[in-house]
Amino acid sequence: MLKTFSIGGIHPADRKISAGKSIEVLPLPKRVAVPVAQHIGAPAKTEVKKGDLVKVGQVIAKTGGFVSANIHSPVSGKVFKLDEIVDASGYRKPAVIIDVDGDDWDESIDRSETLKTDIPLSSEEIIKKVGEMGIVGMGGATFPAHVKLSPPPGKKCDVLIINGVECEPYLTSDHRVMLERGEEMIVGVKILMKALNVTRAVIGIENNKPDAIKHLQKLVQHESGIEIQPLKVQYPQGGEKQLIDATIGRQVPSGKLPIEVGAVVQNVGTTLAVYEAVQKNKPLIERVITVTGPGISKPSNFLVRIGTPVSQLIEAAGGLPDNTGKVIGGGPMMGKALTNLEVPVTKGSSGILVLPHEEAHRKPVENCIRCGKCISACPMGLEPYLLMIETEKELLDRAESDNIMDCIECGSCSFTCPANRPLLDYIRLGKGKVGQIIRNRN
Amino acid sequence: MSIVLITILTLAGLGALAAVILYLASQKFKVFEDPRIDQVEEALPAANCGGCGFPGCRAFAEALVKADDISDLNCPVGGPDVMSTVAGILGKEVGKTDPMVAVVRCNGTCENRPRLNEYEGATSCAVAAALYGGETGCSYGCYGLGDCVEACDFDAMYMDEETGLPVIIEDNCVACGACVDACPKDIIELRKKGPKSRRIFISCVNQDKGAVAKKACNVACIGCGKCVKVCPFDAITMENNLAYIDYDKCKLCRKCVPECPTNAIHELNFPPRKPKAEKKEAPVNTPESSN
Repeated sequence: MLKTFSIGGIHPADRKISAGKSIEVLPLPKRVAVPVAQHIGAPAKTEVKKGDLVKVGQVIAKTGGFVSANIHSPVSGKVFKLDEIVDASGYRKPAVIIDVDGDDWDESIDRSETLKTDIPLSSEEIIKKVGEMGIVGMGGATFPAHVKLSPPPGKKCDVLIINGVECEPYLTSDHRVMLERGEEMIVGVKILMKALNVTRAVIGIENNKPDAIKHLQKLVQHESGIEIQPLKVQYPQGGEKQLIDATIGRQVPSGKLPIEVGAVVQNVGTTLAVYEAVQKNKPLIERVITVTGPGISKPSNFLVRIGTPVSQLIEAAGGLPDNTGKVIGGGPMMGKALTNLEVPVTKGSSGILVLPHEEAHRKPVENCIRCGKCISACPMGLEPYLLMIETEKELLDRAESDNIMDCIECGSCSFTCPANRPLLDYIRLGKGKVGQIIRNRN
Repeated sequence: MSIVLITILTLAGLGALAAVILYLASQKFKVFEDPRIDQVEEALPAANCGGCGFPGCRAFAEALVKADDISDLNCPVGGPDVMSTVAGILGKEVGKTDPMVAVVRCNGTCENRPRLNEYEGATSCAVAAALYGGETGCSYGCYGLGDCVEACDFDAMYMDEETGLPVIIEDNCVACGACVDACPKDIIELRKKGPKSRRIFISCVNQDKGAVAKKACNVACIGCGKCVKVCPFDAITMENNLAYIDYDKCKLCRKCVPECPTNAIHELNFPPRKPKAEKKEAPVNTPESSN
């Protein structure tokens, strides 16, 4: 019997149609727009001005605090302007717009293909390097990686968990990274283990990627302390708390971080970025992203520079089909619909999903029949129907005591609701309001 | 026979004892309540809308009785009539408050502000605002999902099907401010009703740069500053690419209205201008007596 997390969860059709497509390098775009806030925390402060010449890997925005990250130029060329661009949610955010000219990399970056396995840097130096190179969680939450690697005083980490679950349907970028960049990734795991000073690492991979499991198992045969843990396919296993439960059987208490149970979770993509940063001095300037969807003629996994417009990715995957109803940034469960296709790829973009009309629309909302399906599906053990009502009726104190803040916004409740109620929409709103109240209280 | 008698006597005795205890207790724990609170509450409209800033009419009545100076307390629903009645009961001076009315500061109708995407989520502005910037290129404007109408207890608002914007029925609006709080975009403002309900306001809250704002919406304030220059009373200020008319300073001269290149300044309930002013008929103006 394969392991999985203990409560809730759903099983959407996985539709990994791009799983067999190897990673292609996308040609450089003509112009990139690099937002200065691509991570959770303080936005970075712009370091360049209009007309400046930049090289690939040069810092263009410096970290704005401890929970923040540097932004590096993903291309070489001239800064066209500093302006606000429309982001995926339709709001305007500051960004550095660069006209691409050639591909001139900073000299300090090692661009050779050789695998560097010995790790000369000490734990502190690794964490510092990870911070400098602008590495953030690449699974989508974009939490600065160096913060996770620096446990608060008094807390001790004893196991590193690598998230190779990729539980979102359609997405295959992590899958391809594990298959094609496995050797480098395993060195990345060792770097993270050294940084955290732990002797045990578990790589959790869902059972729908048997080739990746086999490949990595072969690679870690002679490594001590790194285990590959195949997991039963269950959404949202890629959530930190669910993954910790599934792999090592520890439950993170309500309102606490994984470090509370001695675990740190990093995504596969992040691990590869850490390898490149520490061993090759390469900042986070590109990432693997899946472009997929039922109508897409050439579903692909691309290696793209940050700042590339989404439209170019879709073009490279065969263009937008005629019956397109929705384009989603991310996966179908947690991704957000894009309001325009010129939005740039950011550090947290894991996929672009194009859905046809017939799959893109919501069904009419009906009344809650108290069937309790959402309760069985909730991986955090919450009562989504109740939280929705409490938010609607502004009963925020009750929502708080019903642990609305524990919601991980995985969308299992909305997915499973037979009355098509917009449960997560309201819970997200309630979370925002309750969070505001809690912040004001302190 | 004696059993019946004993029962009656015992019960009567117990009743008398309980009555004495209750009387003593009520004397001991008596709370004095100013009888004027009841009188004032009686005079208030009993709408319990919270427009006065207190949780319900009773709480407002208590505050009125307690306060030495009630000149800054006002019941927007009852208006001056109710307040003078209250002042009569309490023998205090009532402050002079100008009647207010809610004003929708967005004119992004379907025509003026083309839709770029389609929202299908929960029918609530608050939910939509927590999710994204809206269906149009303007992330400041009205979502048109009617949280304000939902919040209105006085039937003073409805959604105009054609424009997709809320409309305020002036005669019903009591300026309680419920819609102002309900709007996640802070589009609705309580403004002075003005003499003969005449008022002028900027019907836009977009703070984007002019070109961006104009691209998203034909009638956006583009922050050009023409109105600021033309205003003889310094009533208009410009902040973050957005003009704002201070209703206390505005003398309703209407000089700014034809100046605005995007017709973002609205005048309501004015008589038609003399023919020489050519720009008087703003093509996008909403019907009179509404906004």
